[in-house]
Amino acid sequence: MKTECVTMLLAGGAGTRLGELTNNLAKPAVPFGGRYRIIDFALSNCLNSRMYTVGVLTQYAPLELHQHIGVGKPWDLDRMHNGLSILAPFTEDDGAHLYSGTADAITKNINFVDSYDPEYVLILSGDHIYHMNYRELLEEHKKTGADVTISVLEVPWEDTSRFGIMNTTDNLRIYQFEEKPKQASNNLASMGIYLFNWKVLKKYLEHDKAQSDSSHDFGKDIIPAMLADHCYLSAYRFEGYWKDVGTVQSYWEAHMDLFDHDLEKLLNNKEWSIYSHDSQYPPQRIDDDAIIHQSLIDNGCQISGSLDQSVLFENVVVKERSDIRQSILFPGVNIEEDVFLERVIVQENVVIPAGTNIVAKPEEEPVVLSQNNIQALTNQTG
Amino acid sequence: MKTMMGIINLAHEKDFLKELTYFRSGASVPFAGRYRIIDFTLSNMVRSNIQEVAIFARSKYRSLLDHIGGGADWDLDRRYSGLFILPPDWHDPSDISKGDLRYFHNNLDYIMRGKSDYVLISGSQFIANTSYDKLFQHHLDQEADITLLTTTYEESNYLPEYSMKVDTDENGEVTCLSHDLNKSKVFTGVYVLHRDLLLELVQDCIAHYKDNFFMDGIQANLDRLNVHSYHYHGYSALIHSIESYYHHNMKLLNKNYYNELFLSGNPILTKIANQPPTNYQDTARVNKASIGTGCEIAGEVTNSILFPGVKVNKHAEIKNSIIMQRCKIEAGAQIENVILDKDVVITENTVLRGAEEQPYVIAKRSTI
Repeated sequence: MKTECVTMLLAGGAGTRLGELTNNLAKPAVPFGGRYRIIDFALSNCLNSRMYTVGVLTQYAPLELHQHIGVGKPWDLDRMHNGLSILAPFTEDDGAHLYSGTADAITKNINFVDSYDPEYVLILSGDHIYHMNYRELLEEHKKTGADVTISVLEVPWEDTSRFGIMNTTDNLRIYQFEEKPKQASNNLASMGIYLFNWKVLKKYLEHDKAQSDSSHDFGKDIIPAMLADHCYLSAYRFEGYWKDVGTVQSYWEAHMDLFDHDLEKLLNNKEWSIYSHDSQYPPQRIDDDAIIHQSLIDNGCQISGSLDQSVLFENVVVKERSDIRQSILFPGVNIEEDVFLERVIVQENVVIPAGTNIVAKPEEEPVVLSQNNIQALTNQTG
Repeated sequence: MKTMMGIINLAHEKDFLKELTYFRSGASVPFAGRYRIIDFTLSNMVRSNIQEVAIFARSKYRSLLDHIGGGADWDLDRRYSGLFILPPDWHDPSDISKGDLRYFHNNLDYIMRGKSDYVLISGSQFIANTSYDKLFQHHLDQEADITLLTTTYEESNYLPEYSMKVDTDENGEVTCLSHDLNKSKVFTGVYVLHRDLLLELVQDCIAHYKDNFFMDGIQANLDRLNVHSYHYHGYSALIHSIESYYHHNMKLLNKNYYNELFLSGNPILTKIANQPPTNYQDTARVNKASIGTGCEIAGEVTNSILFPGVKVNKHAEIKNSIIMQRCKIEAGAQIENVILDKDVVITENTVLRGAEEQPYVIAKRSTI
């Protein structure tokens, strides 16, 4: 069935810089914001932008990610004629091949895209926190008549060396792409969001497939090849909050951002809702002696201790005299009595024994507690 | 395997809850910060391996339809069987049935086509977290014609005066059904019987122009039917007045009752919403409260229940109250012993106080 634009959401990355957080869990499936998983932002943007044909490319540790996405129901993507499809690597006549790069993942699913006979293909990554109307990007792309439009974000000049920087002319035509430049001549960073004319992209994917020295990556191979051929690459300026939660530090920072008054709308916004699974826990129960300031709390939590600038996912228990500051508690965490935590991320279903005291100093990376290291860490401090 | 189909019979339910039931049936009144009263009955039925549930909807069922939809959130959106909401709409000139018998008579197809041989019938106001498996097994073991689910309450002052009491002999057989205030074994409104007996009793009642299936079909035939009872010992509540509604909501602020109702068995299923986590701001002071998601709290909340999406501004105070979905309490407002129905706005510096244990009820969408 003909569809104007097919969305391909890259969700197969391992997110190795997130350490324990992505141990056996794909980065897009990492919990975020007291209720969500990181991929919910991209999927909700799809629904809110009326992009109803979405292929989700998975590879690394997909179990929880697949369970989370299912048939796409929370995002209204369980549709009769298009909707959401999970695209995991598969076997072919010449054997089984994993996705060896972002571009390769699309190359291996050319048949999927072709089945919708689209004019355009939108490439997204499933690991950023942001609200974006992709429909506006599409309109802009049609208006300029570019071969590809790349969404860019103005970053502080001192951060340019961490990003892929687009050098553009005054009318936002891209003439050069620099991956993590030491000395940048522009501060427009690529957000990893590409809107291609499918015919053009398909040609470059097929060409790239044959190159044995290619890493089959959009940023490293496809975009440079198109630049070399003088294709029309246009930049689309995105304004608003966008966070790459690639490290434990930036993941924690993004949570602290949620207490910023200007950013409260990131989660609680009737005009641009973020959708996710909801489970059937009862309302949260706050005890007589609880003290709660600047915190986000989900269903099923029972709080008797004190909380400050903390994010609690569903079904968390914080018992008497425990004091939790600037911390993130994943679903099912149980904090026993007299615990003190500051700048700590506690993973799903971990029990913190009574009297535990764990603090990450402001200059240190926040501590991640998991079933694997809780024993060692509590012995140390207890 | 012997299985049951379910009927939730709302035909005789009264609208006890003042402003809360002006525009909705008792079954769909919000309860305990997240639920509608019917959620408990539906969840318990689904837990009992019941895969077909019919609801005899009588009136004011817009909010009920909105809440239940196709039944997906109770896992009842089945291609085969599942959920059947049956409103009263029939035009059979030869129909002589009356009262709730009209619901049985005009929906015979549901009962006959069902894949189960047994029927579990219930109202909506029995609030508990249980399954009816043991009741069903007891029914089969005793080879009873009908088995009634009973329970006892310590706080008899919160019991409906008209609640039906059950007398049994030493074998557990029911000898008398009455409204005797001195008896303690209360009928919960839940009972099970074989489909063939149900059909027979329904025909018999209609033939004699009766209008109440339970009273005329079962109570009046106690002498010839083998009616048993099965006693439920867990936590439960029967809602029948604003006072009991308020009382049973407030009870859930107590950890023990909360745990018994919500965490002792499987989760109570309800309509899935999409609300963000509740946001407690720097100025929030919350003690002893049960709070749904999507709230923004900057004021003071004590001994109260907040449903999803409630906003409590700075310097607002809420005490001993039940605040339903999307209400807004503006700065400086003080409310105590109050029930606010959905979408109520309490404007700046307004003071509202109800009497203790007799809450003041504000109707939906009011601005005060």
